Amino acid sequence: MKPQNLEAPTTDASPLEVRGITAAYRDKPVLWDVSFRVPEGQLVAIVGPNGAGKTTLLKIIMGLMEPAAGRATVYGRPFSKARQWVGYVPQRGSVDWDFPTNALDVVQMGLYGRLGWFRRPGRRERETAMECLAKVGMADFAGRQISQLSGGQQQRVFLARALAQDARLYLTDEPFAGVDYKTEQAIVALLRELKASGRTVVVVHHDLGTVGDYFDRVVLLNKGVVAEGPVEEAFTPENVAAAYGGTVAYLAGAERGWSNG
Amino acid sequence: MVDLLNDLLFDYTIRNVALGAAVLGVVGGVLGSFAILRRQGLFGDALAHATLPGVCVAFILSGAKSPAVLLSGAALSAGLGALLILTVVNRTRIKQDAALGIVLSVFFGAGTVLLTYIGRSGSGDQSGLDRFIFGQAATIVRDDVVTMGILAALALLVVALLFKEFKLLSFDPAFAASLGFPVARLNVLLTLLIVVAVIVGIQAVGVVLMAAMLIIPAAAARQWTDGLGAMVVISSLFGAFSGVSGALISATGANLPTGPLIVLCATALLVLSLFLGRSRGFLWGWIGSRQNRREALRSSDPSIPYGGGA
Repeated sequence: MKPQNLEAPTTDASPLEVRGITAAYRDKPVLWDVSFRVPEGQLVAIVGPNGAGKTTLLKIIMGLMEPAAGRATVYGRPFSKARQWVGYVPQRGSVDWDFPTNALDVVQMGLYGRLGWFRRPGRRERETAMECLAKVGMADFAGRQISQLSGGQQQRVFLARALAQDARLYLTDEPFAGVDYKTEQAIVALLRELKASGRTVVVVHHDLGTVGDYFDRVVLLNKGVVAEGPVEEAFTPENVAAAYGGTVAYLAGAERGWSNG
Repeated sequence: MVDLLNDLLFDYTIRNVALGAAVLGVVGGVLGSFAILRRQGLFGDALAHATLPGVCVAFILSGAKSPAVLLSGAALSAGLGALLILTVVNRTRIKQDAALGIVLSVFFGAGTVLLTYIGRSGSGDQSGLDRFIFGQAATIVRDDVVTMGILAALALLVVALLFKEFKLLSFDPAFAASLGFPVARLNVLLTLLIVVAVIVGIQAVGVVLMAAMLIIPAAAARQWTDGLGAMVVISSLFGAFSGVSGALISATGANLPTGPLIVLCATALLVLSLFLGRSRGFLWGWIGSRQNRREALRSSDPSIPYGGGA
């Protein structure tokens, strides 16, 4: 391992700060002057309708796409200088699960950044990956070809891979999409565990009904930031209506605080 | 059979052809595995066709048929085609399949025009060039085998060194980028390695059939395993086996062309693998579902008549 990976960020800077990010695909604006700060040790949901720019925002934060204006910093640095502190969970649908590999191998990929160029994972990496699989309840599936896993199990493998990264800040893209109730509860428990150990987790989320139950803070996004802050302050029916164009049927429910989980 | 083995060991021409075909099979099998997993199987086809204008220009400029010169021209031309495809895909809204089709037909068209020009200009040597279209393995001599071997060894060395990086790039490029791996550059490198495989192969199988040596052994290998490392090894063995058997069958005296025979041998392996492949062959799937059916019938309530009522 490179020593820099073990070193904790020695800075008061926020785990994630987004300042004035504007982005467009050609002439179609996707993000407009987006700014917010994520405090350390919080579970933060980024919520907004389809096409609100959530995934684009993640891409820009990780330097996979250039914004037209603005910038994002991780612990006060550009992402390229802070990536060793960041774990990433892409959307499950973004990869081909028919790829010839097994669960353990996918989890070991979380250690490739630390291994650096040319070095192959060895016994230590395999043990770390096994521990991470065990943490998401998937130890029995280590040798299973990944196409033979259910959607929820695949999502857990992705989370185990992120755990293997041993990051301070986690960026996760729709981890609850298309998983069953049991997996959803397992993921929530895991996110809370990460939070309890002082980590910061940012989740791109689509289920308005569970925002209040699962998260500390919310960023309501629709091209621009509609509202941002602690859930009880920012996640009001008015703000949700503003973000979703006032067409959300169960806003009254959100007000009463029940969940459609 | 014994004669054939004797020839393989001692006949100079057959040995060179078989060796060259084996080298092509190995390098094609290895790089083809990554290509089909990245849905880039047809990259090989486009890049093989893209070699033709390079071969012609090299011939016009040098006026000679030295394989090294012609293959250098082929490599430059295919490399240009590769960069063009990647640029079109990244910078325009043209999708990959269309970009491949454009590069394939434009380069092959230009190559055909140049071939005709060379033919008319009266150098009379044109017949030596159109062998690149369908390949002519019998023209492979010892020097060619050495060149092919060196190129293949270099390509395999790069794959061995960067196996982990290529695996990650093929499975989850976004995650690879988040870890800081230069995904775009690795992408170019893997594509250029396909160019190397093409250069190794065009003399033997020609530009038209080259794609088969990248796609078929890899597709066959996938039927036997669920691991990338094993798939790459099996694919290279299948490629080598096809190459050698194609060369030997061609040498039996029936005067059949080597390149197409190699491709047919590979195809026979693919058909066998589709039926017998341990990981995803039809046979094992059929046996498995029969077992399930038997068990389901056994555990179901015997008081309900089989096949339902009436």
